[in-house]
Amino acid sequence: MKLKTLLLGAAAAFALAPAAHAERGADGEVKLTFPQAVSIMNPYLTGGTKDIYASSLVLEPLAGLTPEGVLVPKLVTEIPTKENGGVSEDMTSITWKLLPDLKWSDGTPVTADDAVFTWKYCTDPAGGCSQATKYEGVASVEAVDPSTIKVTFSGPKANPYTAFVSALSPVLQKKQFEACLGAAAPTCTDPNNMPVGTGPFMVTGFTVNDTVSLAANPNYRDPAKPAFATAVIKGGGDAEGSARAVMETGEFDYAWNTQIPPETQESMKAAGKGQFVVAFGTLVERIEMNTTDPDPALPEGERATAKHPHPILSDIKVRTALSKAIDRSILVEVGYGAGGKPTCNVIPGPEGWASDNEGCIAQDMEGAKALLDEAGWTDSDSDGIRDKDGKKLHILYQTTVNPIRQDFQALIKDWWTELGVEVELKAIDPGVFFGGDPGSPDTFQKFYADVEMYANNSESPDPESYLGQYQCKNAPSPETQWQGENINRFCTPEYDALYATLATTTDIAARQDIAKKLNDMVTKDSMIVVPLVHRGTLSAHSNTLGGVQINAWDSEMWNAADWFRVK
Amino acid sequence: MTDTSAAARPKRPKSSSPLLAIWAQFRSHKGAVFGLCVLGFMLVAVVIGPWLWVPEKLSVAQAIKLKNQGPSLRFPLGTDQLGRDMLARMLLAGRISLAVGMVAMTIAIVFGTLIGVLAGYFRRLDGPLMRLADMFLALPLIPLLLVMVMLFRDKIAGLIGPELGAFALIVFAIGVTSWMATARIVRGEVLTLKEREYVLAARSIGVRPNRIILRHILPNVVSPVMVAATLGVAEAIITESVLSFLGLGFPPDFPTWGRLLYDGLQYMQVYPERVIWPGLAISLTVLSVNYIGDGLRDALDPRIRGR
Repeated sequence: MKLKTLLLGAAAAFALAPAAHAERGADGEVKLTFPQAVSIMNPYLTGGTKDIYASSLVLEPLAGLTPEGVLVPKLVTEIPTKENGGVSEDMTSITWKLLPDLKWSDGTPVTADDAVFTWKYCTDPAGGCSQATKYEGVASVEAVDPSTIKVTFSGPKANPYTAFVSALSPVLQKKQFEACLGAAAPTCTDPNNMPVGTGPFMVTGFTVNDTVSLAANPNYRDPAKPAFATAVIKGGGDAEGSARAVMETGEFDYAWNTQIPPETQESMKAAGKGQFVVAFGTLVERIEMNTTDPDPALPEGERATAKHPHPILSDIKVRTALSKAIDRSILVEVGYGAGGKPTCNVIPGPEGWASDNEGCIAQDMEGAKALLDEAGWTDSDSDGIRDKDGKKLHILYQTTVNPIRQDFQALIKDWWTELGVEVELKAIDPGVFFGGDPGSPDTFQKFYADVEMYANNSESPDPESYLGQYQCKNAPSPETQWQGENINRFCTPEYDALYATLATTTDIAARQDIAKKLNDMVTKDSMIVVPLVHRGTLSAHSNTLGGVQINAWDSEMWNAADWFRVK
Repeated sequence: MTDTSAAARPKRPKSSSPLLAIWAQFRSHKGAVFGLCVLGFMLVAVVIGPWLWVPEKLSVAQAIKLKNQGPSLRFPLGTDQLGRDMLARMLLAGRISLAVGMVAMTIAIVFGTLIGVLAGYFRRLDGPLMRLADMFLALPLIPLLLVMVMLFRDKIAGLIGPELGAFALIVFAIGVTSWMATARIVRGEVLTLKEREYVLAARSIGVRPNRIILRHILPNVVSPVMVAATLGVAEAIITESVLSFLGLGFPPDFPTWGRLLYDGLQYMQVYPERVIWPGLAISLTVLSVNYIGDGLRDALDPRIRGR
């Protein structure tokens, strides 16, 4: 009896062992595949989620968010609150305490100066920082002492957890980026491709738009982590290929963004090598309307800038008609099945923040036709296409190469054709579309089309910084090296003014109220953004990869340090 | 039976025009005849098919209910993931794919023959033209096409519309990147032909070079050119498929066989027929064109003909 108990105990101890006695680098290599190849490892210079997620393995913010949307300290001892004195009573400043003995992967100590520098780096007016909204309302960042960072806001800030929170605003090493301020930022190839960070991994090799090789950071703060000695992110291919590589062939451990049709998901699950994980965050597949004229006849530098308003889409009646003609339930059924729901909001969640705007869900083809008639677009030469003053109602509709998006394009083209709109479709390689290269004409920021479709989401549950993107000043233009999140070049003083009050409102219910109003301003009131589907982000991981906790509020690799090999 | 055919054979060369003799020789190549039938059938199908087979006009909502259906009387090749009739799409797609193949091949052949003849006949042009051909051969085809499509797609689309623009661009891009083989073959032929007695004789009585080329040299290089041409068609169709696959061919709503194949790929496991139909069409076209080329080579070569 005793022997049996002993043996059982020993067996149990062995069974528990792999998870318990983790040791740095003991589990070999973890292989990730991204359908869009990584083009830069600096999240401040890219709009692409792929780049932000990849860099989150290397660069870390002061605090991150859990899958539940709760703040979790990363480089700091605790989350500052009013209660522990970290946030000032009047909500105008927040003080972070760095962990003691924190080191960069090159062995030098992390100091408050690095955070100060990061703030300067992203707020340099000549730099065109993609995450500038994260530092919105920050008046100054100072180093009180080498391990204390004090962020002071220009007024009371209800949500002080924007700067240095989540994978969108990590801390950069001052020593490495010192020469890269302002207009020099994009030209600093080495730091941008191989940043020194505090994360569980460090870059050992980077082939732009192809592969990132990483190795465990020898100076990572937890000596037992990460469990993997090396990591590889292979980019390129397509969503289906990535999913297959994890779910069927087992070549890779993790595939990000495996957006594939419901039928194919089912057949892949049958292979039994991996599983799909879905996180419902705020990801919304939407059609963005261009308020500026993308006519190729305009000179470069003026094309698609505020100098020339859009000849067709400047009319709200046209925009509303285009939205009314779409049947969002069919889109969900074709593209996502259970992984999506129709929506009319840019902020579809969390509950409390989402507007009750549902007016767009029911398709209204007759109403849409009437609106176009009213706007003066009639089919005067009866060729099936509406015209006005001798100009055809022609729309160039672009998106990325992706089977579901091409199906959406086909369906929406059908509806718009029925409406009397001539639609030209264009599909662009996603690596180029989201690449942010100012030299390419096909990036989503340049928006050399009338409407474009893609998905975007708020990285934090509080949508303040996300809503900040629709301010006038965030419009991409030649002056900002075509960086900026206000893709539509939407610009009204009312929005900017209301957004400014959001930053100073501290009461949570009032904040939610303002967020809903802002959401309505860009959606149902102006139809600048036409939301289609609230999507869950679908990723796949191998059954042999343990510790994965998919996260809708931060990088999906937010806890990569805890990943391990299931033996 | 064997008697009659044996008796008929010796008569053939004298009997009639050279065209008929070529046809007779061509007919004796079973593969070529089969290829011609298949290609002919495809051509007829894609040219008149879309008029004969008009799919019902369905609204989006109605079509969605009919998605992913197998073959039936209503939809002989089934429907795709959006409930569109596959047969109608195959026929439309075939029009474009075959047109791309033929036109791109014509460009390549005209260009290749021109350069080959000039380089072979005029010694001074030989060096520069052949170095030009070497340069084009050294260029990697796909990256070159990608750059061309990227740079010129918008401009050409602005001039002649997106669909025609894409057609012109793709056809031109494939044409100008596949003339080199023809040029080299033709040059080699011309180099030997121009030393022949009948060409020398023509020159000695003062016939102008353009006349010599048209009357004495070109007819003799027809056979290698035809073979290169047939191979070119197949290659052009495949290159177009590659471009469609990369999202750089025609706009996404414009079906071509290559695009249908690409669209079907993700459903390959669940609905394999989605890939089989366009794949079969491409393979059959390429194969039959190759056989026709084979038969033509035999038929056009006077030394093989009649034996």
